Amino acid sequence: MFGFLLRRIAVLIPTFIGVSIIAFAFIRLLPGDPVALLSGERVMSPERHAQISAQLGLDRPMVIQYLDYLHGVVTGDFGTSIVSKSPILKQFLALFPATVELSFCAILIAVALGIPAGIIAAIKRGSAIDQSMMGIALVGYSMPIFWWGLLLIILFSGILQWTPVSGRISLMFYFPPVTGFMLIDSLLSGQKGAFSSAVSHLILPSVVLATIPLAVIARQTRSAMLEVLSEDYIRTARAKGLSPFRVVSLHALRNAMIPVITTIGLQIGVMLAGAILTETIFSWPGIGKWMVDSVFRRDYPVIQGGLLLIAGIIMVVNLIVDLLYGLINPRIRH
Amino acid sequence: MADTAKTQPVTSAALRRQMLAEFWFYFSENRGAVIGLFVFLALVIVAVLAPVIAPHSPFQQYRDAVLVPPFWLAGGNASYLLGTDPVGRDILSRLIYGAQYSLFIGLFVTTLSLTGGILVGLIAGYYRGWVDTVIMRLMDIILAFPSLLLALVLVAILGPSLTNGMIAIALTLQPHFVRLTRAAVMAEKSRDYVTAARLAGAGPFRLMFRTILPNCTAPLIVQATLSFSNAILDAAALGFLGMGAQPPAPEWGTMLAEAREFILRAWWVVTFPGLAILITVLAINLMGDGLRDALDPKMKRS
Repeated sequence: MFGFLLRRIAVLIPTFIGVSIIAFAFIRLLPGDPVALLSGERVMSPERHAQISAQLGLDRPMVIQYLDYLHGVVTGDFGTSIVSKSPILKQFLALFPATVELSFCAILIAVALGIPAGIIAAIKRGSAIDQSMMGIALVGYSMPIFWWGLLLIILFSGILQWTPVSGRISLMFYFPPVTGFMLIDSLLSGQKGAFSSAVSHLILPSVVLATIPLAVIARQTRSAMLEVLSEDYIRTARAKGLSPFRVVSLHALRNAMIPVITTIGLQIGVMLAGAILTETIFSWPGIGKWMVDSVFRRDYPVIQGGLLLIAGIIMVVNLIVDLLYGLINPRIRH
Repeated sequence: MADTAKTQPVTSAALRRQMLAEFWFYFSENRGAVIGLFVFLALVIVAVLAPVIAPHSPFQQYRDAVLVPPFWLAGGNASYLLGTDPVGRDILSRLIYGAQYSLFIGLFVTTLSLTGGILVGLIAGYYRGWVDTVIMRLMDIILAFPSLLLALVLVAILGPSLTNGMIAIALTLQPHFVRLTRAAVMAEKSRDYVTAARLAGAGPFRLMFRTILPNCTAPLIVQATLSFSNAILDAAALGFLGMGAQPPAPEWGTMLAEAREFILRAWWVVTFPGLAILITVLAINLMGDGLRDALDPKMKRS
């Protein structure tokens, strides 16, 4: 297992270096003067230009600049935002819990509904239940989630007035962030109604973000179950006289879950992309909205840092999924 | 002896016809796939005939008919069947012209990523060694970014426009084709027919493109349909974020972006463009499922 872990990490390092080269090169690929782009100052005297250039290290050879950048990244220095002048890592860490909270709730919804739906569809293969469930799953899979979010806002916030349109919590409540997770912080604050306000803000964005992963998980669970249910050992278990429930829950499910867990892990990347749209629609102050805003403000250092951080997170998550996969499926380790 | 004389030599045309017939047999068994195919064909017809069937110009602003609701609602007007948008343009006409955008986006992006992916994948799978390692690491790097984020950043570099958006999306979809082609080439390369072709004197190009590639097409076709729908979704998302097709283009995602602030006042300006995206993507995905079942030998129930 340890060797397997080392091998996976060894593959990761060149990929991470490549990702960092892309993030580094991206600002230099932009049309225009990188000094102006990185400092955010449009018009400057030649002296000022030289001063900033030296300050940012842009007057040195490209390779040195890259190594410098990589050194900064490894020590946690991702540069400074042009707009807010604050360190990028600090901004990221302040916003990341909001995205984690949203993604976590979304994946919870997707797993809690997707796996049972897939199992039921597989057991009742070909029935009306199977067909309608898979029909719904295909619609969910094809859904433009930015539109889906707007529809839900029209229905639940506009017509029914059940949920708020945007943000993480009502403006009535204020408390300093402790964990950064609004559900926990609102409970800790002890203010009456704060928690339910946080929940009502979280529901619609979570549902929207859960839509595509839910559809993918349901489809994957169904096909994995169908494959397992046709195996000989399932027939043996049935022949032994085990109840259908025990056959499914004890024998089939455990093996069918192996590909499903990989699918769930791969959805994390999908989620971070979905967060870009979901957070924009619901003005959810997470890293997805942060990236979109930075693209609009031409805050290139933030785009650069955010790109690298998000790619890094996805790589780590994929590594964890790989390791989990190795744990539950010993065949893969060799 | 007489038996061997009777057997007809199977021409490749006859073989192809038989394969097509078999393919259609499996494809048409899937009702959803057939529905998807018909919806898709209808969309193609709508896109091609847009100038003929659209009741209005997609850009004409009727200042006296701003935010007119669909014809079946109070205040609706039969000359604007699906209502008008905040500047008085006919939504139905814009949707009809939008079909041209979406189908073109799907076609362009899929062609670009498919040809690029096949080329790179063939090289990686055929030559292996360091070429393969470098290519696959590069693909891993592209796959490390969420596709929409990478497209967004690329568009930020290249400037917001539909062309740049399509190039960015093609780049993010390409690694899937590279991986599929490479895997298929590696599996096929050691087969006897490839060895036979090589012994017969076929060069690497003939081996790659004429001998091996035709036998790897099934997974590529399935992936191409997936890419087609993904491209439409991603381009609409970019348009929605203001980074794709620019107003006043009647691209469906861009239409949604323009309509966003009116969602609580005029539901129709938001509902119909999204519905158009959903129906298009759904039709293509239905076809994709049918194609997968028809082309994947494992799924065939004999």
